[in-house]
Amino acid sequence: MNRVENIWGVRTPHERGTEWPERVDQELAVAEAEVDRWVQSACVLCSNGCACDIAVKDGKMVGVRGRAGDRINHGRLGPKGLYASWQWSDQDRLTHPLVRTSEGLRQATWDEAMGRIVEESKKRHPLKQGFYTSGQLFLEEYYTLAVIGKAGLGTPHMDGNTRLCTATAAAALKETFGSDGQPGSYEDIEHCDALFLFGHNMAATQTVLWSRVLDRVEGPDAPVIVAVDPRDTPVTRLADVHLAPLPGSNQALMNGLIHELIEHGYVDHDYVARHTIGYDELAATVASYEPKQVAEICGVNAVDVQHAAEIFGRSERVLSTVLQGFYQSHQATAASCQVNNLHLLRGLIGKPGCGVLQMNGQPTAENTRECGADGDLPGFRNWANPQHIDELAKLWNVDRLKIPHWAPPTHAMQLWRYVDQGSIDFLWISATNPAVSLPELPRIRDILSREDLFLVVQDGFLTETAQYADVVLPAALWGEKQGTFTNASRTVHLSEQAVDPPGEARSDLDIFLDYARRMDFRDADGEPLIGWTTPEEAFEAWKECTRGRPCDYSGLTYDALRGASGIPWPCTDDAPEGTDRLYEDSVFPTEPETCEDYGHDLLTGGSTTPEKYKALNPGGRAFLKAMPFTEPPEWISSAYPLIATTGRSPYHFHTRTKTGRSPQLKQAEPKVWVELSAADAAELGVAEGNQVRVESARGWMEGAARIGGARPGVVFVPFHFGYWDATEGAPPSAANEFTLTEWDPVSKQPIYKVVAVRVRKA
Amino acid sequence: MHLSTYLGLLHASENSLAEAFDQVGRDHADEPDVEHLCHVLSEKAAGHVEALSPFVTRYGVQREDEPDRLHAAEFGGTRTGGVGLLRDLQDLYVLASFVDITWTVVGQAAQGVPDAELLKTVGSCQAETSTQLSWLQTRIKQAAPQALIVA
Ligand code: SF4
Repeated sequence: MNRVENIWGVRTPHERGTEWPERVDQELAVAEAEVDRWVQSACVLCSNGCACDIAVKDGKMVGVRGRAGDRINHGRLGPKGLYASWQWSDQDRLTHPLVRTSEGLRQATWDEAMGRIVEESKKRHPLKQGFYTSGQLFLEEYYTLAVIGKAGLGTPHMDGNTRLCTATAAAALKETFGSDGQPGSYEDIEHCDALFLFGHNMAATQTVLWSRVLDRVEGPDAPVIVAVDPRDTPVTRLADVHLAPLPGSNQALMNGLIHELIEHGYVDHDYVARHTIGYDELAATVASYEPKQVAEICGVNAVDVQHAAEIFGRSERVLSTVLQGFYQSHQATAASCQVNNLHLLRGLIGKPGCGVLQMNGQPTAENTRECGADGDLPGFRNWANPQHIDELAKLWNVDRLKIPHWAPPTHAMQLWRYVDQGSIDFLWISATNPAVSLPELPRIRDILSREDLFLVVQDGFLTETAQYADVVLPAALWGEKQGTFTNASRTVHLSEQAVDPPGEARSDLDIFLDYARRMDFRDADGEPLIGWTTPEEAFEAWKECTRGRPCDYSGLTYDALRGASGIPWPCTDDAPEGTDRLYEDSVFPTEPETCEDYGHDLLTGGSTTPEKYKALNPGGRAFLKAMPFTEPPEWISSAYPLIATTGRSPYHFHTRTKTGRSPQLKQAEPKVWVELSAADAAELGVAEGNQVRVESARGWMEGAARIGGARPGVVFVPFHFGYWDATEGAPPSAANEFTLTEWDPVSKQPIYKVVAVRVRKA
Repeated sequence: MHLSTYLGLLHASENSLAEAFDQVGRDHADEPDVEHLCHVLSEKAAGHVEALSPFVTRYGVQREDEPDRLHAAEFGGTRTGGVGLLRDLQDLYVLASFVDITWTVVGQAAQGVPDAELLKTVGSCQAETSTQLSWLQTRIKQAAPQALIVA
């Protein structure tokens, strides 16, 4: 079957409460009999983490097949998994290190390249050095990087591009439950009576998960679906209720839903009293959000708000999912916390069919968060809790003062600002492409071209970002190295090495270990700081770091992961099979000794002090965080009368380094487009396919118009399309040319979804 | 009765704070979070000025020089660079702390009068002042090492 045309494949409908049937999807470049061997792995082209086996012939990857017995995908793969898992593997790969000379980049040996990095690193204060990593490495690599940064070098400047995709999920979970950790399970799809998708175009972002929903929808007793999205998408077209709030108004809508829940007596007051804190403030905050007022702020129908709230209030089992429509929008953390609140108000958590899935975008973003390769500490530890710092100091055998913990680790947006100011002038980027993915690209290009900046880029391809590097390190990619990673529902998979990396490319783990060796990082006894050399040894070290923490991996082994299916953490000696859902007992990790964070003021991001937090006496109860709606930092004006929002295509991932090299996917979506409502298109005199220019106060790009889809006043542009395959002289195609440098005060996730622009025919 | 003197002091101090937040936000526009949040917090302070007005009328205005001198002494304008930002945030912190303790003083008097309405206003405004302080402290803590060691 052509899975470009049929994105979600054939239906296998089934009844509520029954297992999702298996359906094995496969794509092979050779006849099946010619495959030498199949190697276990899981797909890394979105956060779903579909388990698969890689087909190998003559030392090359030649295909993939979904793993039938796996709890995540039950054999299925989507178009990205099928057509872009390996097809890029011998195209345009970096096979040697490169170093910059006056003539540009030239080939170098590993010794020369690493020597240069170490020389630059050694001559600087740790605070002048920053690391910008990814949501696409493996757990073992993040953990190693985190130990290097926090206990070797001693810099707080480390974050991932996960800041752009998953920071709000983590922040909302911390604010409500005290710690990160996905409460729900994908199996809740099989059990729910109602499914709410908040800013989550699941049909495009996690296509296999959407297949799972479709199989419930087409079966008997289908769940009711409510979608919140300003666009028209396959999800909203299927939904029983589609709420299309104006970009930036999510918080008003959420307050309205909570208002209705309270107003109509859908609150389980007994549950609220026993398991939560903050009800009175929440009720007072939402008191004025009558459906009529919400309708006015959000530009939706009051009746739809009432109807959606009624569905939430009356359904026995509700599952909610949240993604970028909330995370990358205004009041991101506040609005995402309200989703948690809806569930807590009804006590719908920790039970089959009831749960919250605060999603992420990238395949291994969960690990960036757990391992502390982003703005967190390893093992969901609390930077403001001296005991947690001592635990890490003991584990790594270093002085506690070595570990920067005077403030939260530097978030990416601030890290880039420090580079902009020159106070960081050594930046090491791994597995990400900020020259296309960060907001306000004209500014990012200026920063990347700073004379005083020493830039290391570690990647599989010579990306747009690598063009600016002083040293380029060729990295092994998926299938060319071994490691584990964890999907959006806490499920850990092992990805084995199927083939050798091209040329001299090395795994990111080996690169980080080489740097640590050359820097000669030592512990308090003069022993090498990092005692491991293989992925499995790194995994064993990581297990110790998580022991007793919410993300406990201590019961997992590589061998256990070689079984039929992935395993969800926490996985301990007591729960060797892992844990489907968190919080079955409604005891939340909010105890001051346990929690990952003492919380923030949602308006400003001001931290709650430890004393204040302890005075709240949380005792395992969850926080019902409240906040009024506020105006977004940027809004329409006469010069920029439309609101742009950026997003994703089902056929591409991130900046297309892999999917753009897949013939099927490139053909499916070869070029950027600009989605306009019919009304706006008519007013602008734009017809389908016309080239249009989208321009903000900061920059502009062009693309072909697609009409329909968006609500009037809203323009949608996919962000995948950078410049590595652009034709000479073509106009700018990256959506981030026009986006703005603003972020959520709590999660620090940039606001990609509320940008004032103007559009005209090009 | 000196309550009126203190209401006047508070009124003027909140005004200074609103202006100072606004100025710091505008002059540090290269720091998007500072720009945006200073604007938001300036509006909060301006809201407090408004909330105080009925009480200023009720108890009569009797303005001393205190608040203006405070403004002149504590906030002489913004500075530039990493250390400049740090100092400006620190000045805001000092101003906001002064506002905070002045609310406490007014709150105590409101209990003595007693004036339930004023007490309610003290409660809500002081909570917002505490938010301003907590943000300032968080931001200062974040900025300090970089500004003092390597900027
Ligand atoms: S849904 Fe995601 S993980 Fe699964 S095959 Fe598609 S891209 Fe890969």
